[in-house]
Order: sequence, then structure tokens, then C-alpha cells
Amino acid sequence: MRKSLLYISVIFVGILFISRLFYLQVYSNKEYNIFEDNAIRKVFTYPKRGYIFDRNNKLLVSNQPSYDVMIIPREVKTFDTIEFCNLLKIDKDFLVKKYNRTKNYSPRIPQVFLAHLSKEDYGFLSEKIRKFEGFYIQKRNLREYNTNIGANVLGYIAEVNNSIIEKDDYYLMGDLIGKQGVEISYEEELRGIKGIKFIQKDRFNRDVGSFKNGELDIIPIAGKDLTITIDSELQDYGEQLMNGKKGGIVAIDPSNGEILSLVSAPSYNPNLLIGRNRSENYMDLYRDSIYKPLIDKSLLNMHAPGSPFKILVGLSALQEKAITEKTSIFCNNYYQYGKEKRKMQCHCGGGYRNLSNALSLSCNSYFANAYRKTIDTKSPTKEAFDNWSNQMKSFGLGEYLNNDLSVGKKGIIPDFDFYNKWYPDFKWGATTTLSNSIGQGEVLVTPIQLANMTAAIANKGYYYTPHIIKKIEGSEINSKFRTKNYTLIDSTHFEPIIEGLSKVYKSGTAKFLQVPDIEICGKTGTAENFTKIDGKKTQLTDHSIFVAFAPKDNPTIAISVLVENGYYGSRWAGRIASLMIEKYIKGEVTLKNMEQLVMNKSLDEEYQKPFLDKPFKINQ
Amino acid sequence: MIGDRKNVFKVDKVLIILYVLLVGFGWGNIFSSSLSGNIDSIFNLNELYGKQIIFILLSSVLILITLSIEAKFYERFASIFYFISIISLIGLFIFGKTVNGSTSWYGLGSFTIQPSEFAKVATSLAVAKFISDLQTNIKLINHQVKLLVIIFLPATLIILQNDTGSTLVYLAFFFVLFREGIPKIYLYTISLIFLLVVSTIKFSLSTTFLISFVILFLNYIRTKKKRNSLLKHIGILFIAVTLSTSINYFYNNVIKQHQKNRISLWLRLENNPEEIEKMKRTILYNLNESEKAISSGGWIGKGYLEGTRTIGKFVPEQQTDYIFSTVGEEWGFIGSSFIVILFILLLLRILHLSELQKNQFSRVYGYSVASILFFHFLVNIGMVMGLVPTIGIPLPFFSYGGSSLWAFTILLFIFIKLDSNKLNEW
Repeated sequence: MRKSLLYISVIFVGILFISRLFYLQVYSNKEYNIFEDNAIRKVFTYPKRGYIFDRNNKLLVSNQPSYDVMIIPREVKTFDTIEFCNLLKIDKDFLVKKYNRTKNYSPRIPQVFLAHLSKEDYGFLSEKIRKFEGFYIQKRNLREYNTNIGANVLGYIAEVNNSIIEKDDYYLMGDLIGKQGVEISYEEELRGIKGIKFIQKDRFNRDVGSFKNGELDIIPIAGKDLTITIDSELQDYGEQLMNGKKGGIVAIDPSNGEILSLVSAPSYNPNLLIGRNRSENYMDLYRDSIYKPLIDKSLLNMHAPGSPFKILVGLSALQEKAITEKTSIFCNNYYQYGKEKRKMQCHCGGGYRNLSNALSLSCNSYFANAYRKTIDTKSPTKEAFDNWSNQMKSFGLGEYLNNDLSVGKKGIIPDFDFYNKWYPDFKWGATTTLSNSIGQGEVLVTPIQLANMTAAIANKGYYYTPHIIKKIEGSEINSKFRTKNYTLIDSTHFEPIIEGLSKVYKSGTAKFLQVPDIEICGKTGTAENFTKIDGKKTQLTDHSIFVAFAPKDNPTIAISVLVENGYYGSRWAGRIASLMIEKYIKGEVTLKNMEQLVMNKSLDEEYQKPFLDKPFKINQ
Repeated sequence: MIGDRKNVFKVDKVLIILYVLLVGFGWGNIFSSSLSGNIDSIFNLNELYGKQIIFILLSSVLILITLSIEAKFYERFASIFYFISIISLIGLFIFGKTVNGSTSWYGLGSFTIQPSEFAKVATSLAVAKFISDLQTNIKLINHQVKLLVIIFLPATLIILQNDTGSTLVYLAFFFVLFREGIPKIYLYTISLIFLLVVSTIKFSLSTTFLISFVILFLNYIRTKKKRNSLLKHIGILFIAVTLSTSINYFYNNVIKQHQKNRISLWLRLENNPEEIEKMKRTILYNLNESEKAISSGGWIGKGYLEGTRTIGKFVPEQQTDYIFSTVGEEWGFIGSSFIVILFILLLLRILHLSELQKNQFSRVYGYSVASILFFHFLVNIGMVMGLVPTIGIPLPFFSYGGSSLWAFTILLFIFIKLDSNKLNEW
């Protein structure tokens, strides 16, 4: 035993050590993953974000370097504070406060001392920065807007928030991501793929050098440049026309579904959302509860379509043989219906109305009659009503357009079940829903849906899904944007309707909106609308609505205009539509008087009314 | 001269090979853990790996000297070596240089030397000399006391210089004394104290009382028939109770907080995860980094010079006491086990050769060498892997440092010399 004690101890310890090694290195060790090795700093290298061009290859969005002054508090040594403050254009209080705050957060970690230096300040500072130990300049990439328009279309980029970081592995704290418009729709194409540099750290968190000479580094892949369908000149013009007004203009090329302009008014200058005052500017825009400039009204504003909806009612009636193009009725300036002999007013002037002049004069009686006959005279069957509903939906209404715009609304096209739920114990009939016939009932649409509907009419029965992308550098655009979507109306039925729409300009509600040398087909609309003031439903001045396409043969533009509380259709929306059409087709505008009238008109008084806390008059 | 040459050829080749392997791997790992930036030359004296190369070259000179000296010389002059060693330790109180709180170095310019490393060699020689003396009877209590004085004199001087690690090494001589025949009661007492320490600190005083009582009671019933059995058991129980009470007092009131922390860590007394996280950043920092580095090695390691935690210098003291963490990270389980096996083979070989010695001096000396190396091996690697409380002593042949390398080299090669001479002992 005396001889064996040390032998046994040695062997026991040997076995113990090897077991411990096995436990540490094999049993409790997961496979080596460089991303979990905290001895290696992962530095991401960001590729160039893709540029955005308009349809005429005008550069709209590019990148600009931005310079932040960074601080590592513990490395700061005594320095000439007066010179430093002068260089950065800050005062000493700011310097002291910021220094203390960063030092309290962490004396070791580099932090932003002053963000977004102007280019001139950077120039001066970059020569002097080495005099200030503990400070250095870091370059970042920001967007540069070469335009002041189209903020709603282009969108902006901002730092990712936590919920995105949790959902998507790609993003890390501090990364930038598209937040609206094209920037978000085409985020993956624009951002490219960031690269990674692996850097060896020491235990004081200092960089020692590149890991394995950069063998494992991942090279960033540059973002792709985009060409969008917007005609920036037309967009600019549209924004000018909408000056002082709320609403939207959507212009589409019916021959391919490309969105030529997507105006949301009022908008904002995209340059406000970059640079040092970004967050202040953003909050100002965000808090504007009257004009809501951050809301894209052409995509999100649901409203009653008003009279343009009569076009679809007419088409459906033709398709269902409820009327023919020769059918005529006599209008008494009202339409009487139901047992209680209720009356629907009409402002067409009265007299015999056929399809053509019913459209051009916007006769309510004619389309109320057509609607009733289409669905049923007494009570609609499920088949008849759903058939009508589907025909309406085939124009892209009541459903998401499913395109490449970041936001959208479904709108409402009621079906049989919709009303059955509303009136569970009541035998509802066509007359119950008669307001639908003049676009005033339960139907709701957005400006882009109206423009798309107009494009489908211009094409006599089909449309291409309206989209914003024209070209992606090095790849194809989604094939669904090249596919025709057919409506449920036979193309032959469009001929008489288009004749009627042409008459709107020639002799109807839009006759004073004619544009020389361009044959336009259009339809005015005036939509009642309501708001709640102190919980009470209050009617506001009607929305001015207009849809049009031109030229009548081989149309190249289909447009819808909504001017909120602009009163009757031809008043503002119609004028704007005519001016936009002339601008797009001719490249210049001859209707100078009209242009001046529109551009100078502000409806601010109208928009303030609901906030004044006193009764007001509407439709003045 | 002819005789000398013969002896050189009779040196144990296994030991030489193991020594060369250990020193070689040691340098390789020092190179890896002290590497920074570009390498101009491995002899760059501004870098630790460059200095270690010089230390290694000087070691080979020491080996030649050690082997060329007549074997009898070591036995004859053992007392002189011991005396010189004691003087050099005392001299530290006057001329010593303080590094990391311990006054254990003589400084010659930028060059330092640590006499406590060499004191192990001198003490081993003195112990061997005393035990092998024909007049010594280790069973006699006054001879045992003399031996303890020989062992604890340098140990006391070293602990006065505030170098706990080097002091504790002298506990290793217990193996030697036990092998040479001190009564078994010492082994039992040491085992009892060890168990009482662990039980008292890990569990509690009352638990320890209870367990001692139950064990002794059961043992008493088993051995009831013997005379004086009751008295003996009550005596042991009394001793155990007294000991554990004093251990409890000692742990709570006498030892320093940092030592208390080390014991607390070793016995895993802290269970609160938040506290453990806090400790990982403070007192547990070195150990935690070292365990992380070793764990990250996996089966085959990250590859030589590619250990990310080694390159980043995450483990403090990595070239000296924590050198094994480099092995763990860069060579993985396979490499680390290989090094452990090399040490085991070295120890077993020394033990085997010691038992073959015909001369008692050589045997006792060999046993001392094995015991000291074993203690260093156990404490150093055990500490780096969290099995032993943190005690700062180097890994023999591996850790950076001239004094320790030379002292271990002399320690081992005197034995190799003695062993080569065993045929001439008759």
C-alpha cells in the first residue's frame, strides 16, 4: 500500500483530468460557430443601396455619405474645447452634457457624439480631428433625393425597429430599412446583401486585426438600381395642381398598367426625412392631424365613388340585358320607387334619357332603373346580386389590387351576404340598395381603384395590375404585371359606354374642360361624405371626383382625381384631370388660365371647418 | 573520463524523450499565446517566446553540467545545497523584488530569478539525505520532527514572502514520507481533515457533527468486541468535532476574503445564477475565460495559432499559469489528453525507476521529484479546468519562466543522473 499510494493517485488524477476535458470539450461543447465566438467582432460592410430612376431615366434617389462624429469616452484626453466647439458649431454645455452621457453609458464603446455633419463642417473637421483624441469621424450612407416630389411614392429609409429585428435575421440594430413606398416594396432588391468582416478582438474589446487575414470575410453585394414607372415631370405637375387641396391623383398607362403618377396631397419634401433634423421633421408631419401628409391618400383614402360608378352599373345592365344601348326612360328630375313612393333626386335637367346622354348628363333616374332591372325588380336572389357584385369586383374593386405598392385598401363592393347580415329579418330588395346605382351607397373605393377601373374601361374589358416597377437592374419584373385581367363584361358592351363618356366632354358635365386636339372620355363624380364631430354624424362638403382616359382611340392615360371636399366633380377634379392629360400627352399645357385657377386655389378654409367648434355651411 | 562517458549513455531515454516533448510543446504553446503582430525571429528577446528559447538553450547547458557531475556529489553536498537555498530565501527579505504582491525574486537588471523554485530541488536532496542516513529511523517521533523542520523551514520562508502557491508544494513531501514509512495514522488524519474541511464548508457544522457521529457509531457497533473500543471512538469523535469547529472558525474569521472566494468557487457554494454571472466578471474571470477557451477547442481544437481566445489574449496569465488553456483551445480534446498522458507517463516512469533504485538516497530523491511534479501537475491543470481552487503555480516544463524551467530541469536531471549511476552503487 505504501508503494502504491502515489501510483494510484497519479493514475486517478490522469483519468479525472481526461474525463474533465471530455466533459468540457466534447460533452458540453456545441459545434464551433464563429458567430457565437465573442472573441471575434463581426463588422458588417454595407453595400451601396440601389438608385431609383423615373421612367425617363431621371435619377430620383441616390446615396450621399453622411459623417458622424464618434466618441470613445475613455480615450478622450484634454483638448482645446473652444476650437472643438467652434468646429462643430456646438456650445460648451452641449459638449459637457454629451460627454457625460456617453461616458455614463459606456466609457469603452464607440458612440455617436454628433450625427450628420454638414459637408463643409466635415471638410474642416477632417483635417483637425486627429488633434482630439478619443474622437473620430464615421461615414454612413444616407439617401440623397435629387427631387422634392413623390415622397409618398419613394418612401424613406430609417433604422429598423425591434419587431423587425426579431422577425428577420438579416437585420441588426442600427441597420436601415425602407419604411414606405418603393423603399419598402423593393427593400430586398435595393438593399443588396451586406458583407461581414471578422475581426479578432482582445479581452479589452479592442480590435487586434483581421481574423485569418480576412479569408472568411463575406463580400457585400450591391443593391440593384430600380426604374419606376412614375413620370417625375407629370408627378411634379400633379403635386403642384393639388396645392392647397387634400386628395389624390392616380394616372395609369392602360396599355400596360404602369402608374404614371401617384399624387397624394398634401405631400412633403422627401429631403425632410434625412439629416440631423429627421426626427423633429418626422414628428411634425406625424402630428399634422388635418392634412396627414404621411398618409398616402391615393392608396388609402376610401370614399364613395359617386357618379363614375354609373359606368359600371350601365355595363352590368348591358351584360345582363337589363337594358340595351337604345333603352330610354323619361326623367322627372327624380326617381320614384318602393311602396312608400320614395324619391331619388336627379339633377340632369329632366326629359328623355338614353344610355349616352344619361352618362353625359349623369342622370340618376336612368341608372337607378338600370340597377333595379339588372338585379331584380322585387327582391334580389343570391345569384343575381352576387353576379352583379362579381362584375363590379372584376374591375379591381372591393379587393386588394395585390400589386407592388406598400399599402392599400380593399374598398367595399357589397354582396348578397353583406346585406343579409345587415337586414337579417327584413326582406331587402334592389330598392333598399338603390344608392349603389349612383355610387353613393355602401360602395367604397380608393383613387387607385378608380383609376384602374377607368383603365379597364379604356381597354374595353381588361386591365393590367397597376404597378410602380418598370425595370430592375439585372432581373425581370413580376410576370403578373404583364398579364391581362379580364372583367366579366363582354368587350362589345364598352362601345356605347365609351361613346357616352366622350359626350361628357363634348356636351355633358365636363364640356367646359375640353382640351384642344385631344378627345377625352371622362365622368364627373360628386360624393357625399360625413365625419363625426363630437360623436355626431355631420355632413361635409362633397368630394370632387373625376375619372377620364385619353385619347379616345388607343388611350395612353387613364386617370382618377379625388379632391376632398372640393364640391362637384368638374369643379376641381375635372379641371385637374384635363390639365394632367394635356400635360402628359402634349408635354405642355395650353389651358393656362385653368392651370392658374387650379394651382392658386386652396381649400384650407374647407378643411378647417370641422375643427372650428361652430356650425358651418357646406357645398358653397 | 571513460566511466563518465558510459554513464551518459546509460541515462534513461524514456525520461529524456518525455522531457524534450513537454518542453517542446510548452514552447509551441507559449509562442502561440504570446504572439502578437509579426515575427521577425523566434529569438526576439522583446517577446516572451524569444526569451523562453533562451531559457531552453540555457537549460541544455544546465543538463550537461548536471549530468557531468559525479552522482555521489549530490548526496554528499545535499546539506550544502540546502543551506545555500535557505540563505537565498532569507536574502529575499533584504534584496527581494516584489512582483504581483510576492517578494520572491532577485532582480538582475531586467532579469529575475526565483529562489523558491530551486529550493524544491535543495529540499528534495536534503530530505533524501536525511532519510537515507543510516542513523535515521523514520518511525521515531523526534526524527519525524526533524524531517518536518527540514521540509517546513523553506516553506515557512516562502509563505512569509507571500507566495502561497510555492508553499503548498511542500505538502507533496507527504507522499515521500509515507512511502518511506511514517505511521499510517498520518494518512488517516490528513484524509479526516480533508473530509472535515469539505463537509464543514460545503454543508455545515451540524451536518458534519451528525455524519461523524453516525459513522463512528456504526463502526463502534461493528467492532464492539474489542477492548477500549468505546473510548477510542469517543476520542475520535471529540477530535472530529473540535477540528470541524476550528475549521469553521478558521474559514469564517481567519482566512482572507479572496482565499475564501476561491474555496467557495471550488466547492460550488454559490447557487444564485445572478451572483455567478457577477462572479464570472470579477473573481471568477480568469477561470471562466480559461474554461471557455478550453471548451471552445472541441474534439480537435481550432488549430495551432488559430485559437481565437488565445489570439485575443482573453485568458490572463496565459503564458504562465494558464498555459494549458492554449493547449485546450488550439489542440482540442485529443491534444489536451495527449499532454495529460505525457505527464502521467513521466510520473509513472519516475516512480518506476525510483522503486528500482538500490540506493535509498536515489529512491527517496526520485520519489520527491515525482511528488513535486505530481503536485504541480494536479494543482495547475486542475485549477485551469476548475477542479482545484485557484493556486498560482506553474505547469512543469510548460509554463513560461526561466526559474521554473531551470529548477524543474535540474530536479529531473539530477534524478536521471542518479538513476544512470545505479549499477555503480554496490
